[in-house]
Amino acid sequence: MPTAFQRIYTKLEEITKATCTVRATDVGYEELATVNGQLAQVVKIMGDEVTLQVFAGTEGVPTDAEVVFLGKAPSLKVSEALAGRFFNAYGDPIDGGPKVEGDEQEIGGPSVNPVRRKQPSELITTGIAGIDLNNTLVTGQKIPFFADPDQPFNQVMATVALRTAADRIVLGGIGLTNDDYLYFKSVFENAGALHRIVSFVNTTEDPTVERLLVPDMALTAAEYFAVEKKEKVLVLLTDMTLYADALSIVSNRMDQIPSKDSMPGSLYSDLAKLYEKAVQFDDGGSITIVAVTTLSGGDITHAIPDNTGYITEGQLFLRRDTDIGKVIVDPFRSLSRLKQLVIGKKTREDHPQVMNAAVRLYADAANARTKLENGFELTDYDERTLEFAREYSDKLLAIDVNIDTDKMLDTAWQLFAAHFSKAEVGIKQSLTDQYWPENQ
Amino acid sequence: MTATQQHTTGRVNGIISNLVLVEVDGPVGQNEICFIQHGETSLMAEVIKVMGDKAYVQVFESTRGLRPGMEVRFEGHMLEATFGPGILSCNYDGLMHDLSTMSGIFLQRGDYTSALDLEKEWAFEPLAKAGDEATAAHWLGQVDENGIAHKIMVPFKMKGRYTIAEVMPAGNYKVQDTIAVLKDERGTEYKVSMLQKFPVKQAVKAYREKPRPFQLLETGVRTIDTLNPMVEGGTGFIPGPFGSGKTVLQHAISKQAEADIVIVAACGERANEVVDLFVEFPELEDPWTGRKLMERTTIIANTSNMPVAAREASVYTAMSIAEYYRSMGLKVLLLADSTSRWAQALREMSNRMEELPGPDAFPMDLPAIVSNFYARAGYVYLNNGKTGSITFIGTVSPAGGNLKEPVTESTKKVARCFYALSQSRADSKRYPAIDPIESYSKYLEYPELQRVLNEQIEEGWTEKVNELKNILLRGKEAAEQINILGDDGVSIDTHLVFWRSEVVDEIILQQNAFDEVDARTPMDRQQFLVNKVLEVVATPLSFEGYEEINPYFKRVINAMKQMNYSEFESDAFNQNMKELEDTLAERKQAN
Repeated sequence: MPTAFQRIYTKLEEITKATCTVRATDVGYEELATVNGQLAQVVKIMGDEVTLQVFAGTEGVPTDAEVVFLGKAPSLKVSEALAGRFFNAYGDPIDGGPKVEGDEQEIGGPSVNPVRRKQPSELITTGIAGIDLNNTLVTGQKIPFFADPDQPFNQVMATVALRTAADRIVLGGIGLTNDDYLYFKSVFENAGALHRIVSFVNTTEDPTVERLLVPDMALTAAEYFAVEKKEKVLVLLTDMTLYADALSIVSNRMDQIPSKDSMPGSLYSDLAKLYEKAVQFDDGGSITIVAVTTLSGGDITHAIPDNTGYITEGQLFLRRDTDIGKVIVDPFRSLSRLKQLVIGKKTREDHPQVMNAAVRLYADAANARTKLENGFELTDYDERTLEFAREYSDKLLAIDVNIDTDKMLDTAWQLFAAHFSKAEVGIKQSLTDQYWPENQ
Repeated sequence: MTATQQHTTGRVNGIISNLVLVEVDGPVGQNEICFIQHGETSLMAEVIKVMGDKAYVQVFESTRGLRPGMEVRFEGHMLEATFGPGILSCNYDGLMHDLSTMSGIFLQRGDYTSALDLEKEWAFEPLAKAGDEATAAHWLGQVDENGIAHKIMVPFKMKGRYTIAEVMPAGNYKVQDTIAVLKDERGTEYKVSMLQKFPVKQAVKAYREKPRPFQLLETGVRTIDTLNPMVEGGTGFIPGPFGSGKTVLQHAISKQAEADIVIVAACGERANEVVDLFVEFPELEDPWTGRKLMERTTIIANTSNMPVAAREASVYTAMSIAEYYRSMGLKVLLLADSTSRWAQALREMSNRMEELPGPDAFPMDLPAIVSNFYARAGYVYLNNGKTGSITFIGTVSPAGGNLKEPVTESTKKVARCFYALSQSRADSKRYPAIDPIESYSKYLEYPELQRVLNEQIEEGWTEKVNELKNILLRGKEAAEQINILGDDGVSIDTHLVFWRSEVVDEIILQQNAFDEVDARTPMDRQQFLVNKVLEVVATPLSFEGYEEINPYFKRVINAMKQMNYSEFESDAFNQNMKELEDTLAERKQAN
């Protein structure tokens, strides 16, 4: 592989689990190299001592390993030919197809000038009422699913991806199990959507540290389609908790002092650098990021979900509703911060009020349930809220719902009319006059 | 100002992330600025540690591709802000480069734009005359900047006493044109223009004295103005977990506060939130002057994806600009969202320098850094007897929502107002989610402020505020009793205590930031509201059973809420007030 102009070194000074050090000159920071044929990146330079992080780990690397500097930072060749293809963390095809030719772009490039951004204002519909009705998504938004590992977040993500009107979908699989990787692949193939999709996948079979490249690869591809092709790009990143875990492994190997929950002190900046790639451009192109952050026992105060929550524009919680035996999008803990920019403006005028009324009545039902569990007697109103809650869960919150937003609003009105009086629902008179179903 | 000096130069010797080791050939100063030559572009950096002939510099940019041997040139000064007319309505990055004049969609390394428009002409009007004595910050003249009399001052760097030799006549000048000539005691002449520079990490001390603050700073947010008032030149902080409404509250304060100048430091936060300001502020009106909000505002945008070292600089840049405008005798409000991100930037650097860490791996001197920064705010008497102020409110993003973490604790020691955002209030949609019992304003205990409140609002105002706080506290206790013993396990009086505190909560504390009328309540209306609420709370009511109390008070609260949503003393307002009086009359005890 080495060519005439590459510098080759064969004497390693130091080897640790993830890094090795070699004496070399004229090496650039963050430059790529190969060590014993494995890809590595410069993470520290002290005089002529260059420390390299070997992505695949240093197992079996001898002190006389061949170190070849490649003279460039990690990069991806971008072109239309990326579409429909599956790549590993280095951007090499894993689907048996040919290498992609195109413009070579360094990954992890500069951020967008904030004054050149546009305020996000375009609705994204998913058909899932728990999202479209209560936590409406907007292009240019970044939002994670906060989910326990046993929840079907990958299925929901795949559904969201296929139902949205995105021009392009970029999947960044970070430590996917092989089963989930094959699941995504078959879902996309069966839906006939492969031509819209670009995938970068690191599975649990691959070295951990390689994962660090996946989000940047995915976002570099996304930027190409959003900037050059002015497309609406949806980026799926699953699972960002494994990304953060890989960060902590590297910082540990670099002898850095850990902060909360053994995470590196730079976790916030590291995550923000990725999530802030979500953007609405002036000319119509956009990058929207839907990610997954798995929780440990639902604990959102852990450093990973906590830092994520401060960066992203809301979060979506999945929960199993035992009353109906289905997974729903939790209306209490989920939040889309950007929904205010579109609901009632890009959707029907009654959207904000219907959404709030339904969630309020659902909260009343939760109170009634507490009363019931504590052995207090239920009033007639309590009974009705419980009935309402069951139907609301089943017909709207469940993730298997697939209807358009107007139909969601109509369904909500029907549930209101079936269980409550107009005064109990408490929606503005003018809207009730227009939308309240009379023949019930 | 002095003769050309010899610049120290050096060469890059080591790189770890954005920390670069430079071998130098001459003297360097702590915090001195240098530029690393990387091909065509030069990257700005700051010295943060010196060991022998090696200087550790933090680079304000990505260090990708830097190599040992690259040339470094030291500038002989610290990181400086550029002052002069044209700062208002500008959007800067953390190092005060104008974002709007940068080329391209993406921020390119080393694209350093000028903070001021050097070509624009300003109509200068002299205020001083030849022969006058002058020291730093002396007003030489003024120009009109968005309707604000922007004073042109003797540069802050000029120490000692000067005599004004000449002030240019009224006319149009560019910022770099000479507008005055000063002479020192030895007769040396110095030319002064409208543009001056000053190190951002040094406080501007060109004022006579800094008294304890005593003037109310109205924000239009009832739970602040009435219960825990902020003062002109005061300091406060807003800690809260994500989703508790920190940013909405800060935006409300920045829109409504009674200030001449508002500086917003968006420090390591979401870019889309800054875009909201960019979009809204040019449209919204300043409630105090009727001009566009953007005309009194400067935004320092160093969002979370921009380089970490520049994030640390951004809060200092913002404070420096605030000090510049305070020296003109103006009321400046400085908001920083969020100071935790700034502290994290300090942590990242301290970590790379392998310093021994303090709690949660933050640097040991974090409390000192935070307190020095807050101390730069304040109300001052300038040397000419005029007054100016910087009111500083910072948000804190505590990790995991836990207030026992180093940034919150360090801030609590120095900030005089504490606006605790509570997750449970946010969950039950009680916005603004400022916890009325946890929060405090130390200023309320200042006799100076009490005197002013009694004069400006009404005699006995602070007693009324304390009464409201007592009602809330008793209501909280009553709520706990009801929870434990059940509705029928407590007396009717306990229910009444609870519901009376609900009236205070719903009518005074809660406020809809998105409603045109309710978003901002002027002080006279707050006065009316406090008296009305106290009157309602003091009304003796009779009930047969506890079941009657809940629906009754819901009607009372609804009538008063509708009042809050109506223009003050409008027909709708009066009608709702009538409804309130009627409702009260129904249950009023005959004694």
